[in-house]
Amino acid sequence: MDTVLSAEHITRSYGSRTIISDINVHLDRHEIVCLLGVSGVGKTTLFHILSGLNMPDEGKVVLNGREITGQPGKISYMLQKDLMLPYKRIIDNVSLPLQIRGMKKKQAEEKAAPYFEQFGLAGTEDQYPAQLSGGMRQRAALLRTYLSSEGVALLDEPFSALDTITKSAIHEWYLDLMQKIELSTLFITHDIDEAIILSDRIYILCGKPGRITDEIVIAEKRPRRKDFSLTGEFLEYKKKIISDLGPGSFGI
Amino acid sequence: MNSGDSGFIRKGKQAEEDSSFQKHAPAVINMIVIVLIWMGLTEGGIVPGYMLPSPVAVVKAFVTDFPTLMYHSSVSLLEAALGLLIGIALAIVMAILMDRFRTCYRALYPVMVITQTIPTVAIAPILVLWMGFGMAPKITLVVISTFFPIAVGLLDGFAEADKDAIDLLRSMGATRKQIFLQIKFPSALGQFFSGLKISASYSVVGAVVAEWLGGFKGLGVYMTRVRKAYSFDKMFAVIILIVIISLLLIALVNLLRRAVMPWEHIREHEK
Repeated sequence: MDTVLSAEHITRSYGSRTIISDINVHLDRHEIVCLLGVSGVGKTTLFHILSGLNMPDEGKVVLNGREITGQPGKISYMLQKDLMLPYKRIIDNVSLPLQIRGMKKKQAEEKAAPYFEQFGLAGTEDQYPAQLSGGMRQRAALLRTYLSSEGVALLDEPFSALDTITKSAIHEWYLDLMQKIELSTLFITHDIDEAIILSDRIYILCGKPGRITDEIVIAEKRPRRKDFSLTGEFLEYKKKIISDLGPGSFGI
Repeated sequence: MNSGDSGFIRKGKQAEEDSSFQKHAPAVINMIVIVLIWMGLTEGGIVPGYMLPSPVAVVKAFVTDFPTLMYHSSVSLLEAALGLLIGIALAIVMAILMDRFRTCYRALYPVMVITQTIPTVAIAPILVLWMGFGMAPKITLVVISTFFPIAVGLLDGFAEADKDAIDLLRSMGATRKQIFLQIKFPSALGQFFSGLKISASYSVVGAVVAEWLGGFKGLGVYMTRVRKAYSFDKMFAVIILIVIISLLLIALVNLLRRAVMPWEHIREHEK
């Protein structure tokens, strides 16, 4: 498989405090890779650098063989909140990245419209975000991210705001969707179960400053068994991750 | 939909009507009481008519002078409207410049505040001296008294725009102008209308005050004339007219806000 995105030796400090140090991660085509770590370990800092919003002190970001360090607009980035703009209808929210790239409003809407069905958003086109449930807003944010991407997406805790039942439903839906659309995803979570359920590979980010301390490949091929999260293999992965994160990593 | 649902909705509507009645009833009752006391004092002969005209006399004055009042109103309203429009334009331009350039903010903000501390009654005759007895000084005074609430509202709105939403747009590769149009301006709309509501009520008063101090037509001129003639019934009639005009303008701003910001009136999770 070929690598679409790689971060090489990324280091970033704020003042005298080094947040992340010498981070190396890569993402292959069609892969779902997770960055797992406790709160405050520098996951979002790394994503801000990968997306081009911030510059690293050292290191570079390479997309499809070209360096894009500090250049926003190349990779789509879904920030922690769903950030549906309350004053725009869902269709306008979702097609916003296309408009930003210079497409006419009507044209952008026409391009976005066919995806509503697939993202479970049919009928919401002319509604405002306040009219949608949390899960639907999240799916709309995902559609917006997908439309702004050229195949690579960064998702910062995409499902963390949802309750457990909505979350497992959206996990299933997400894996199903990933079978159908062309997207390579790097996502952040602090939920160990979510990391194992969704990812092909998991990077463990740990320590102060944050470093990649382990890389775990989930052997279970996608599409996965419905009861994968109840199997012994799943528990083995979970044990491994818990010991990786260490007893001090849960904020106790 | 089953009967339980519709029952619930009916109950909800009932509650809404109740709350709307409960909301307005105290004010209405209060006004009625004030008018009744006013009537008792004047019609009962406790306060002489030359000091406080009775409501009946005020209504009579309003009816007999109606054509004159309408003529003067149209002049004042035109001044108020033109001044308000220029004030809005000025406020938007200033707020954008001040938000975009820190130096602009530092240079303009103190001047803006100073313009608000100058008493309008003092500056109006000077404006008349500079610009003559026509509409220009009146419009200028309206501009001075209306641009400030709008400009301050917009500035606050721009500053309060969601930083994460701006980051989202930046990550899409948006230009500064696109960020302004898609995030900052829409985020400031609520504050803009709050400012506009205040400015709309200031605009009429501003025009009237300017007319007081030099001019040939307008409600302010009418006011000066009836005051000099000691026609206090007409004086009260014109005061009430100004109140009504101001309230109508505020209602107009509310309607405009509803039309421009339809998303404000959507209930959560309405499907």
